[in-house]
Amino acid sequence: MTGSMPTYVGMPAFPAAAKTAVADSQLRRNLTHATTAIRTKRAKAVGELGDWEDLRQAAKAIKDHVLANLETYLLRLEENVTKAGGHVHWARDAAEANAIVTGLVEQAGAGKVVKVKSMATQETGLNEALAKSGISAIETDLAELIVQLGDDWPSHILVPAIHKNRAEIGELFRRKMPDAPPGLSDDPAQLAAAARAHLRNEFLAATVGISGANFAVADTGSLVVVESEGNGRMCLTLPRTLISVVGVEKILPSWRDLEVFLALLPRSSTAERMNPYTTIWSGVTPGDGPEDFHLVLLDNGRTDALADRTGRQALRCIRCSACLNVCPVYERAGGHAYGSPYPGPIGAILSPQLRGVGSPVDASLPFASSLCGACYEVCPVAINIPEALVHLRAKAVENHRHYPERTVFKLSGYVLASAARLAAAQRVASLSRHVAGRKGRIRRLPPPLSAWTDTRDAPAPPPESFRAWWTRTRGNGG
Amino acid sequence: MSAAREEILARIRTATGRPSTPAEVDAGHAALPRGYLRAHHDPAATDIVALFAERAADYRAVVERVPADALLADAVARAVGALSPADQPDAVADQSGAVADQSGAVADRPDAAPDQSGAAPDQPDAAPDRPGAAPEPPRIIIPQALPAEWITGLPAGTIVRDDPPLTARELDAIAGVITGCAVAIAETGTIILDHGPGQGRRALTLVPDFHLVVVKADQIAADIADALARLDPARPHTLISGPSATSDIELIRVEGVHGPRNLHILIAD
Repeated sequence: MTGSMPTYVGMPAFPAAAKTAVADSQLRRNLTHATTAIRTKRAKAVGELGDWEDLRQAAKAIKDHVLANLETYLLRLEENVTKAGGHVHWARDAAEANAIVTGLVEQAGAGKVVKVKSMATQETGLNEALAKSGISAIETDLAELIVQLGDDWPSHILVPAIHKNRAEIGELFRRKMPDAPPGLSDDPAQLAAAARAHLRNEFLAATVGISGANFAVADTGSLVVVESEGNGRMCLTLPRTLISVVGVEKILPSWRDLEVFLALLPRSSTAERMNPYTTIWSGVTPGDGPEDFHLVLLDNGRTDALADRTGRQALRCIRCSACLNVCPVYERAGGHAYGSPYPGPIGAILSPQLRGVGSPVDASLPFASSLCGACYEVCPVAINIPEALVHLRAKAVENHRHYPERTVFKLSGYVLASAARLAAAQRVASLSRHVAGRKGRIRRLPPPLSAWTDTRDAPAPPPESFRAWWTRTRGNGG
Repeated sequence: MSAAREEILARIRTATGRPSTPAEVDAGHAALPRGYLRAHHDPAATDIVALFAERAADYRAVVERVPADALLADAVARAVGALSPADQPDAVADQSGAVADQSGAVADRPDAAPDQSGAAPDQPDAAPDRPGAAPEPPRIIIPQALPAEWITGLPAGTIVRDDPPLTARELDAIAGVITGCAVAIAETGTIILDHGPGQGRRALTLVPDFHLVVVKADQIAADIADALARLDPARPHTLISGPSATSDIELIRVEGVHGPRNLHILIAD
């Protein structure tokens, strides 16, 4: 089945959304500032390990092996989580996952849950589903808190509030955080301290925690959550009930495989040798942490991606977001333009596979790339994103033929086939320069030619074509 | 089993073909290429204790090397004493007496302790870092089976035991925690707790704002691979690399969010 995830409400296809975003100069400054800083740091963290390519190839091989043997490993994971005292649930799609989680929260008698940042629950729109049942979900990751307070959408996998700078965040906290200390400045350390104070009571009072997981180890039933702030540890440790929603592709075969992924993930995502905190647990431990643990295994379109030999590699993704940070398109358009919880290059191949290419936004995503290949180069699990993009473009075209563009190409074939027709066409084209804007660019042609200018500017044609100039100056000798 | 489970498994089978036998899958896993290094610094050619100290300090942990076990108690007392400078004179004054009667002094519970040191009885909701609160010596929680000789230098009335277990709110009124660890990783400056004896349940090293951890030199593994191999996967684990931090504002690392904001590591050589 094709999965479902929230397409951001009212979100137009990528080209239209990108056009608005590119015009937002503050957004572009924020993104350039953040991504430039992290690119340099990441390169240093990666350069420190002489065997980076070997780690990367091992990670790719491990993940491919898991995907090829997914049934065996899922059953093994289920068995070992159950043995360790956990409960395993299966969800075909977002609605089913949300219903399971809502039921478990209701069973626990909680009207409020604390959440660790999780892509899976963002994908299923869990918070909105819980709200419908009168349960409030408190996002505890600093960036998620910023997004939640601002009634905003996440725009980055790792740093959902990357589109906001410290001044904007300071302003938001002063306005929206009821217990913000008086005189709170824009200093990131002060902002982090305000978040600490704001959330402390929620952690201490929480009875249900909800998380995703970075890895699920089949042979030990271990779940692994990699984080920085300690909000993850709070949610995973203090509540009586813990519910983890995890995509079926998150499996690693064995405990030993963590040695590869714990080396790759922190360096790729936050450019650290190791992230501040990683929590690993299997089932329940009497006297330590939650007494009731539920693992919800989520399909939501993943088996569709699995069935696609080329597209399948997107399921290797470990959500490090290195590909976002190097992407020239992401840097200019920002995360919101992708209309999905998964933005950037990985989002451009993941969202259309999980949701199908039925909607205009999903059909446009595989085209949201210049195919420069920087994403492939930095990917710690060697996902060939350009290859997958081209493959998905073909699929999108199959589904949604771009009629106007095809008509234009047919028409150009007809024109180019005859010298007389070309000369006539060029005279018309030269006249069209009067519709060009400043800098000699045409931003919008009339339909059906608008199919071209929807996604790019057209250069204004010169006043005289080369052919006309040749005929005028050398024509006689010709 | 559930219809969802059966349907997902059927869809996977359609996508991947019939599954191999578990033995074939395991053989496939064993044959995967692993050309990477098991350690990025050769433990035979590197002082990995020094490497660990340097790497842990890189992430703003306070790192001290303690050359002899006999000096640990002093180092612990100094680290705890430095917690709140205002209390320093009291702490120092108490220290000599505490050494003598430490065995009897470690049984205090926050709600059971009559004020021994003359300080106001601690209220669980009195956050230790609340500005304007009356100065009180910082209370330190210690897990079961923490070596008694590590804390002989601590003032008597300040030690709290997690027996019976404190609630999260009670823990929030505790200034710090002292633990050992299971393993450490030199390459990444990481300590790993398996929450066994001397380390306490996970909440103990999470809620208080100060974590003092004693790492023995022989617990330091050169790299991630060796460290993981020393652990028992059945146990819960916490990997800690420096104090709590975030990169959520402009992708710049800032120390100090929800976990302990001060991590102090004593390496016992």
